[in-house]
Amino acid sequence: MHKEEYDAQPTSHRSHNKDKLDGESLLPAILARNLSFTYSGVDRRSISDVNFSIEKEEFVILTGPSGCGKTTLCRCLNGLIPNFYAGQLNGELRINGVDVKGKSTAELATHIGFVFQNPENQLFSLSVERDVAFGLENLGIPREEAIERIEWAMKVTGITELRNKAPYELSGGQQQRAAIAGVLAMRPEIIILDEPTSFLDPKTAEEILTVISRLNHELGLTTLLVEHRLDTVSAFADRIIVMDKGRIALDGPPDKIYDEPARLIGIGLPKVTTLFHLLRLDGVPVTTNPITVTQASEALRRVFED
Amino acid sequence: MSLRIVEGFKFTRMDSPIHRMDPRAKFILTLGFFTTSLMFTNIYALLIIFLTQSPLIILAKTWKRWLRSMRGGLFLGIFIFIMNFIFGTSLALSIAFTLRFFVIMSAFSFFFMTTSADDLGLALDQIHVPYVISFTFTTAVRLVPTMAVDAQTVVDAQRSRGLELDKGNIMKRIRNYIPILIPLIISAIRRSVELAEALESRAFGASENRTAITTLTMHRVDYAAIAATAFGIIIAIYVYFYVPLPTLIVPIKMPHLF
Amino acid sequence: MISVENVSFHYPGSSEILHRITLKIGDGEFVAIMGENGAGKTTLVKLFNGLLKPDRGTVSVDNVNNKDRSVAELSKQVGLIFQNPDHQLFAETVAEELRFSLKNFGFQGPVVENRVTAILTSLDIEKYANSSPFMLSGGERKRVALASILVWDPKHVIMDEPTIGQDYLQKDRLRNFIVQLVSQNKTVVIVTHDVEFVAECKPRVVLMSKGKIIADGPAESILTDEAAVEEASLVLPQMSQLVESVRTFRAPHNIIDVYSARKFIGDALKERTRRTE
Repeated sequence: MHKEEYDAQPTSHRSHNKDKLDGESLLPAILARNLSFTYSGVDRRSISDVNFSIEKEEFVILTGPSGCGKTTLCRCLNGLIPNFYAGQLNGELRINGVDVKGKSTAELATHIGFVFQNPENQLFSLSVERDVAFGLENLGIPREEAIERIEWAMKVTGITELRNKAPYELSGGQQQRAAIAGVLAMRPEIIILDEPTSFLDPKTAEEILTVISRLNHELGLTTLLVEHRLDTVSAFADRIIVMDKGRIALDGPPDKIYDEPARLIGIGLPKVTTLFHLLRLDGVPVTTNPITVTQASEALRRVFED
Repeated sequence: MSLRIVEGFKFTRMDSPIHRMDPRAKFILTLGFFTTSLMFTNIYALLIIFLTQSPLIILAKTWKRWLRSMRGGLFLGIFIFIMNFIFGTSLALSIAFTLRFFVIMSAFSFFFMTTSADDLGLALDQIHVPYVISFTFTTAVRLVPTMAVDAQTVVDAQRSRGLELDKGNIMKRIRNYIPILIPLIISAIRRSVELAEALESRAFGASENRTAITTLTMHRVDYAAIAATAFGIIIAIYVYFYVPLPTLIVPIKMPHLF
Repeated sequence: MISVENVSFHYPGSSEILHRITLKIGDGEFVAIMGENGAGKTTLVKLFNGLLKPDRGTVSVDNVNNKDRSVAELSKQVGLIFQNPDHQLFAETVAEELRFSLKNFGFQGPVVENRVTAILTSLDIEKYANSSPFMLSGGERKRVALASILVWDPKHVIMDEPTIGQDYLQKDRLRNFIVQLVSQNKTVVIVTHDVEFVAECKPRVVLMSKGKIIADGPAESILTDEAAVEEASLVLPQMSQLVESVRTFRAPHNIIDVYSARKFIGDALKERTRRTE
């Protein structure tokens, strides 16, 4: 796999166009208190009494069975709820310490970026470069700064050579990179990705997840990733939040969460975790709860070589 | 399901002096052909206008597809000819109208084959058409290939359930299109919602003053083209008023049917 | 039997997407066709039911050449379920959706309702019989689409990317359903790039890359072939990666699912305990 290079962020990190939403750096990036939402025309609540906080630079995976409210929660975070989807929204939501009530999706877009599942439906222009520029044009960012950001975003996601290609000429993985670049160019502190690898083949999915993980580690981008397939992704996460029937059921580091309660909810745990659970039932002396092949391999080696 | 005539209006990316021209200059050229062709009903004049387009089409390296789209327009052209001729228009005039149709079709085909929708959007922006309109246009163009794939998939999926679109009387055939139209419309709506969500998330409509990061600039070629068009129109006006043109002499006399 | 012999195909205006493919799928076989996006997997299966006709070579179903047979005729035996259910749902109720398929194939009378009820029950969606398919969730719509193909009981069932967007429970249910179909002697072909799903079902695996078949064999052999897996833009199953990484195991190259791994490790432990005693 080729190594992608990029510079550290240019010094003009905070554009003059952003509201000063971040006061102290100790505030959580996202704070939700008793958040509930019912889509209009529907009887049942889609999410109820959701309480959680995500610290700056954390990498959190949000998972749960279909219909558990993951997508609804994400929409609340970037303002699509209640601006685009009407309904009854209750509770408190703060981004970088500031209440989002009354803020438009456009305002929030400079703080929370959103990458959707289907790469095709989030590319608007007929060339990659103009697509990455799209958000910046909408925000009215001055030309010189915009060009600087576009170059940076394309470099960081490894798509600079694709700048003149049209969306339909790109592979799924390239399209997702372009979508991520378009979001990054707006310089959000937080990025939400809703099952971004659904339509991608396994190798490309791994590449995209590596890009996302690098953005989190090296740029400090707070990341919330919604995903069903936990095998590959768990290695990158600081924390897993499991939702079920509109509520948060479990919240903690992967090795604590990947256990019986998660299994009962119906989450697809990594194969190595399930294997070790079965081995323990068989009396094999493995005490750890691995979430990656590397961890499992280490544990087995210890058992067989002591 | 592709019509040959549509091919003549599809943009393909190519490196030619015409493709690199500013779309505004190209459009003025096209308008030039359009207006001069409206001025004349004389076959020779129209032929000259038609032939003037040829060097441009060849320069744009698109003459093969242009030929194919002319062939595709043949049906419509013949229809125009017959409709005119049957209802009493003289042979010369009927030919003239048909020729004019081809001149106009060819001029616009030339424009659309060499101008990307993005550039067109930029041009509209720079002549201060409201952004919403130019964006709607560019998005529509961008969605055409996507929707075409969707349409083909729906047809494939329903055929795989035994739907036969080429059988039955006219009523049955029309009804058979319901299982095609409904999924297509629903797909289009779902796609639009997803696109709208993504647009909102990229701050669409955030600022009244959108930055224009890419701008079109006119070069010498473009000014030359505009000058040439102006010159061409002046000549056309002069010819119209002062130069008697030979007319087509037809030895056959067609009976008046109506 | 579905037989593809030396078939090449290209879409009009595009370069060749299938290069001299030869493949035979016997009755009642369970096959997974895997490979990167754009390898030609979906194009290949569209040749099975006649939606596409090869430029060169022949495709036959049950020993009859597809060449002059219509899609409707072939579909009676070859049911193709598309990836996105929204590309086919259009009726006012789920039951109507199923009746549509049956009517196209000439079914009439009481057998129509019997079949509709039977397939709805087997897919656990009988409660939605009179609901609008557009009101159902994504997973439920996928099941309706599946039902609308199985309702006429085709001999060969082909699913294009059935696991995309499905959560763990849905995939589990799908896996069980496929096992059921196979036990009913239906030929089942799934086009997918979900390695872990295939590792648990263990079908015959056909790997494609850039329009050619690069590997064909049992899942245990093919999914552990590193070079082939890499070329097809896939990854090795986690269990295979695990047992390969513990060198003391000297594991056989055919462990791809959790239960085989469990058994192997248990046996290896017993062996080691026995030797140290």
